[in-house]
Parts: sequence; structure tokens; C-alpha cells
Amino acid sequence: MKSSKLVKFFLIGIMILFLGIFVVLPMISLLVNAFKEGLKVYFNAIVHPETLHALQLNLIVAVFSIPLNLFFGVVCAILISRFEFRAKNILLTLIDLPFSVSAVISGLIFILVFGLDGWLGKWIEEKGFQVIFATPGIVLATIFVTFPFIVREVLPVLEASGDEEEQAAFTLGANSLQIFYYITLPKIKWGLLYGVILSTARVMGEYGAVSLVSGHISGLTDTLPLRIDKLYNEYQVTSAFAVSTILVGFAFVTLMLKLFIEQLKRKSHS
Amino acid sequence: MNSPIYYSKKIKFFIIFYTIVYLVIIVIIPLSSIFFKSSELNLEKFFSIAFNLRSLYAYKLSFLSSLFSAFINSIFGLITAWVLVRYDFLGKKFFDTIIDFPIALPTAVAGLTFGNLYSKEGEMGKLLGFQISYTPIAVVIVLTFVSLPFVVRSIQPVLEDMDLELEQAAASLGANPIQTFFYVTLPYLFPAWLTGFILSFARGIGEYGSVIFVSGNIPYFTEISPLLVVMRLEQFDYAGASAIALVLLTFSFCLLVLLNILENWTKIK
Amino acid sequence: MRLFFSSFLLLIGCFHKEDEIVLLNVSYDPTRELYSQINQSYQKFRSSQKKVRILQSHGGSSKQAGYILAGLRADVVSLAMQTDIDKIAQKGFIEKNWREKKPNQSTPFYSTVVFLVRETNPKKIFDWKDLTQPNIQVITPSPKTSGGGKWNFLAAYGYFLNQDSRTAIQQVKKLYENVPILDTSSRSSASTFIQRKIGDVLIIWENEALLALKESKDQKFEIIYPSMSIYAQPMIAVVNRTVKLKNTEEEANMYLDYLYTKEAQEIIAQNGYRPIDKEIYEKYKNIYKEINLFKVEEVFKSWEEVNKKIFSDGNLLDEVLK
Repeated sequence: MKSSKLVKFFLIGIMILFLGIFVVLPMISLLVNAFKEGLKVYFNAIVHPETLHALQLNLIVAVFSIPLNLFFGVVCAILISRFEFRAKNILLTLIDLPFSVSAVISGLIFILVFGLDGWLGKWIEEKGFQVIFATPGIVLATIFVTFPFIVREVLPVLEASGDEEEQAAFTLGANSLQIFYYITLPKIKWGLLYGVILSTARVMGEYGAVSLVSGHISGLTDTLPLRIDKLYNEYQVTSAFAVSTILVGFAFVTLMLKLFIEQLKRKSHS
Repeated sequence: MNSPIYYSKKIKFFIIFYTIVYLVIIVIIPLSSIFFKSSELNLEKFFSIAFNLRSLYAYKLSFLSSLFSAFINSIFGLITAWVLVRYDFLGKKFFDTIIDFPIALPTAVAGLTFGNLYSKEGEMGKLLGFQISYTPIAVVIVLTFVSLPFVVRSIQPVLEDMDLELEQAAASLGANPIQTFFYVTLPYLFPAWLTGFILSFARGIGEYGSVIFVSGNIPYFTEISPLLVVMRLEQFDYAGASAIALVLLTFSFCLLVLLNILENWTKIK
Repeated sequence: MRLFFSSFLLLIGCFHKEDEIVLLNVSYDPTRELYSQINQSYQKFRSSQKKVRILQSHGGSSKQAGYILAGLRADVVSLAMQTDIDKIAQKGFIEKNWREKKPNQSTPFYSTVVFLVRETNPKKIFDWKDLTQPNIQVITPSPKTSGGGKWNFLAAYGYFLNQDSRTAIQQVKKLYENVPILDTSSRSSASTFIQRKIGDVLIIWENEALLALKESKDQKFEIIYPSMSIYAQPMIAVVNRTVKLKNTEEEANMYLDYLYTKEAQEIIAQNGYRPIDKEIYEKYKNIYKEINLFKVEEVFKSWEEVNKKIFSDGNLLDEVLK
């Protein structure tokens, strides 16, 4: 078995090299650059009012878009897994579309619909609201880019487990909501959690689509990624990297949570 | 339509209604705006914008660079998935976790980092000696990062589920490890592998935020397709932007349809 | 669900405090630092009478104009060139005769286009014609999306027309062939040259060049003034549509008028722009070099001509960039 040991080392080596070059190295580079000018510059960048506002904006967007997508994700997953109908493929393709479409297009479509020249633009303005170039526009664009995540995580779980338990509960007299809450929900909770984590990461990090619909108003419609872009454009590259570490930290937490959930899942299954 | 008996009529109606309404508002109406906007152009104008030489070069760049990066990810993704599932070693958890990093990180940060790393002054730029940033090579590198997880995460679950008995059976019939791999394992993994490839590819074509930091934006050379859309938008030429967006959208759509067919095919198997 | 959805539309209104006036100044790329300082000064100036907050949005000049037409609620604009504001005026958002509304044809400061080269100027770049030499890499922003990019183009073209009108277009073409990267905005170009260290020469706004000299910590640059350059006129205007909607007409006009005051002109000069106030200009004269400047109307007849024959789709610009 000596040759297979060799093969094993070879393959592991390739993987480490690959991930090292493409993931580890850039991350280290980012961290190094963030602290290049010392701790003081780093902290100033993080606590700058515009940065904090950008963070706040990101969180607001998350608070609005994630629950909406969550609710839809569950409902839609139930529809696809428990109902039989012919248009299922079309539905699935539609759901995946935002995922594979360019971020630029995701932003463009909302300008087309909500911009002044667009379908709803004038009407919205008459009503006194602002959608595009304001927070609602950012929320909408974010909803668009992130809604497939939850569906795609919950669906396989529902499809893998049959609905015998639901049917049993039905014969025992449970109503729809009880069935959902006591039977279905526990089944999907891991997929749900994982989907929420992924969505949150995406909400915090979305750049392309938001860049088009935000208007770049400093202190008002700049999200964290846009703030980073702005700092870069103002010759404050180190600060740009510093603020990036917030998002890196967030990504890191996301991944840790995912690991944690997987541990819990494994424990609860054994 | 067949629906479960354990949901009341009201709930069933709600589920169907809500899904349709949500999709219409969030997906169908916005996406259809591209069709309508580009239909404002007559056929001739449409073609002159969507398919002029400059656009074609941009499609070519987006297409080829995504293809390359998807290819790189396919090869190394397969190896990575294999290593993570079949082998045990110190630090395995670490590598398994960082694979998802590209999805969790904003594209702009990725662009900033890679742009810096591979510029003339960056560590990699200095190491390799030749100009990487602002060339198609840089685009490929960034795209590889951005769509890295797709292949690995597509293959992993399938590989994990794979019944080792298949391979053992082949071995007992006299096949050596290489033959087993190519005639048993690979065909088994092929659909998942292809799925990952297509996802990686689709992601690369539309990627903007990260690539814009490393592409030179020279027309006919390093201009990516999404940039053309943005430029038209900035010139207030919505119809033109929609025209190019339509081409990209159609392409994404076709890829997705392909993907769905693939998934159905594997389910039948 | 619907309640949830509509409640956050209202939430946006809550971001404003009732007694505060908020103005949005949509400007072009390089003016970030300038308006940051001017706004502070203005807010202080008005603080005794009213609480005013000025918000800023920056980006490529033409891009910003596009966004305003799409619904970005700018109370005032401060853009890189007349054509961008004209575009907005054409759609009725700004009054047709906006240029006359403010002093000096709505130009509170002007600038020009110069070259930024590396320390000791190793490639010996002294004038526009040096930019067409082989083995020179020129950095300039894209004229399609950047106001600065357009000024650079016109400055180069104007120079070559002056030298020999027959070969002018070819010369401009040669220049742009030496451009390895077309960034979308002035600031990105400057970043490319300064941070990324790409290129031998950066064609840039004079104020950007001066800023680069000030800001660059680990590198040294030199500003080279070509034999002639263009009188670059960024302009300002009140966006009538927005101020009528928001009832901020008075404040917006006050804000723009402030740009002509001594305090503002000092800030303008300190940031490397050329103030129109003669006194302040004299005071800061040593920063700038005397240079032969030509106005757009002198060389190109009119802005309409420029737009029609040069910048619009399929015309000279596209020809040159092929």
C-alpha cells in the first residue's frame, strides 16, 4: 500500500497548495494590509461614524430581508416538496435565477422598475416615498439576490424525509398549523439555520447589485462593501482593508456557526 | 395538482398564493423589465448594441475566463472533495471550513485583496515577476476564488453518500485502483461534478464586484460583460443596458435549464 | 406581511429630524475632500440660524447625472462638465437657463489637466506629444464614464489640433493606444497610478495631482505642466425638481452662493482648485503654474458640437478607442 500512501500525500499536498494560494494567502494579505499602518489607524477606520452607519444599514437590511426570505423559503419548499404539479421545473429554475444572474443585472432591474423612468417610479414619488437610492431599494435588491438560499437549503431536507409523520399526525387529528409547528419545523430546523446563516453572510457582503441602487450617499445609503469602496477611492487603502476585516470577521463567524450547527446536528442524530 | 391531505384548504391556498405572489413581485416583474426595456429598441439597434464587436469581445472575455476558472475549480475541486471525504489528517477541519470563505466574503473585498496581491507591488506580483493585475489572467484568478466552493460542495455530499461497496466490488473483480477510479467512481460523481462546473461557470460570467478591481477595462481586451451594462446605465441608456443584460440573462437561463435537466436525469437514474 | 413591508417604507422618513434641513450634493469623483471641508464650514456658518446637514454622493460625473435622472434626489449638483448638467436640464429637472443663475456662468472654481510623473521623470515626459511615443504607458480615465476622462480627451485633442489639424485624430489615437487601463472614474485612475504603480504618466486634474503630491507617503511624484492645456470648468446648479419636492430651494441656493464667499474660496484654493476670487487666487498663486489655457468654445465651437461629434455613440470617441 505504499503507492497509495504516496498518492494520498500527493493529493493532500495539491489541495493544500490550491487552497493555500487561493484562499489562505489572500486572507493573510488582507489582514496584513489592514494593520499596515498600526492599530490606531485601524481603530479609527472601524469606529468612524460613516463606517458605523454603514454597519447599521447592513443590519437594517438584514433585519428586513432575512425574515421575508425565511418565510418565503419555507413556504416555497413545502410547495415544491409536498405538492405535485407540472410546472415544478419552471419554478425551480425561477428560484435559481437570481443566484446565477449577474449582480449588475440584479441592480439594473430594480432601477428599471423603481427608477423615475421606470414603471413604478413616478407613482412612488407621487406617494411621497423613496425606494430607489434609499434603504427600501437596497432591501429589495438584497431580497432578490438572497432569496434562493433558504429554499435551496430546506428543500432537500423535506424531499429526503417523507411525509408519513405528517400524515400520521393528521389522522390523529392535528390541524395544518400544528402539523407544521410540531412535525415539519423540527425536521427542517438545521437546513433553516444554515440557510439563514448563508443569507446573512450574503446580505452583509452584497456589492454589485447594491452598488447600482444605493446612490452612494455617504452616511446614508452606503453599506459596508460600499464604504470599503469609498475608502479605497479616497486614498485610504489601509482603512478600506481595516473595514474589510469587519466583513471577514463576520464571514469567519458564519463559518464557525456552520461548523457548530453541524456538530449539534450530528449529536442530535446519534 | 396533487396536494397533501393534511393541510387544510385555506393553508393550501395560502401556500400556493403566497409563493406565486412573492415570485411575481420579486423575480418575474423585475426580470421582465429587461425584456420590455430592450424591446424599445428596434431589431437593428438591438443587434448593433448587443452584438457589436466590442460587446462580442466582452462576452468572449467573460465566457473564456469563467470557463477557465470553472475548469481549474473542477480539477482542484474534485481533488479537494476527494481528500476531504476519503482521507483524515491534521487540519482537515480547517481546510473544510475555509472553502466556504469566498461565498461569505463580499465580492468587492475579494477584488480589493486580489487586486492588491497581484499588482506589481503585491506579494504575488513580486514573486511571479510579470504583470498579472489588469490582464485576463487576473480575471481568471479572481473568478477561481469567487466560485471555488461550488464544485467542492457539489461533489462532497455525493462522495460522502457513495457506497464503498461499489468500489470494493470492482476491486474484487480484479480492477486496480486507477481503473476503479475511472470506471466506477468518476461516472458516479460525474453529474455532481458537472453541476458544480456549471454553477461555477454561471457565477463567473456574471461576476462584477471583484473582477472590476483587477480587469483593465480596455475595450476589446479586458472589458467584462457586466461592465458594458454598467457603462450604458451610466450614460442613461437603459435600453442599451437592457439589451446586453438580456443576452447575459438568456445565457444564465440556458445554463440553469441545463442544470435542471441534469438534476432530473440523475434522479431518474 | 404587507404591514411589515410598508412599515419600513415609513421608517425611512424617520431618519430625518424635523427641524433639520438636509441637502444632497451630488458631485463628481475628486471633490470628496473639498466638499467634506466646505460642508463643515457651511454647516458651522449656518448653525446659528438653522441646523443644516449636507450629504454627499460622489462618482463619475456622467454616471452621477444618470443616477439623478433615475431618481437620485440631489438638491444641488456639482459636476465636472457642462454637458452632464445639460443632460439633466434637458429632462426638465434643472431650469434651462441654469448657467446664468450663478456667478461666472455657474463656475465657482476651475482647474486644468496636467501630467503626474514618477520621481525624476525618467521617461522625459514634458508635453502632449511625448505621450504618443512608443513604450510610454499613459493612465487616464475612460471618457465614456468620467468627466475628468472627457476633459483629458478634449485637452489632448485640442493640443493636437493646434499642432496640426490634419494629423490630430491619429495622434489622439496613438495616445490612447498607450493606455493600458481605462478606469471608470478620475479617482480610480489616480489610484491605479499611485497605489498600483502602473503607468509612466497620469493625465489628471491639476487638483488631483496636487493632492497626490500631498498625500503620497512612500513615493515622490512630479507635476509636469504641458505647453498648453484646457480650461476645465466644473459647474454647479440647483436641481429645481428636487428642491421643489423637498421645499429646500432657499437653502440650496444659499449653499451654492456660499461657494463664492471668501471662506469657501480659501478652502477651494487649499484643495488645489483654482478659485475665481482674484484676491484668493493671488494669495495661493504659488501652488499653480501659469499655463496657456484654452476654453472649449475657442477650439471646438460649442458644447453641442462636442457632444454630437465627439462623445455621442459611434462618433469620434468610439473611433479613437477602437
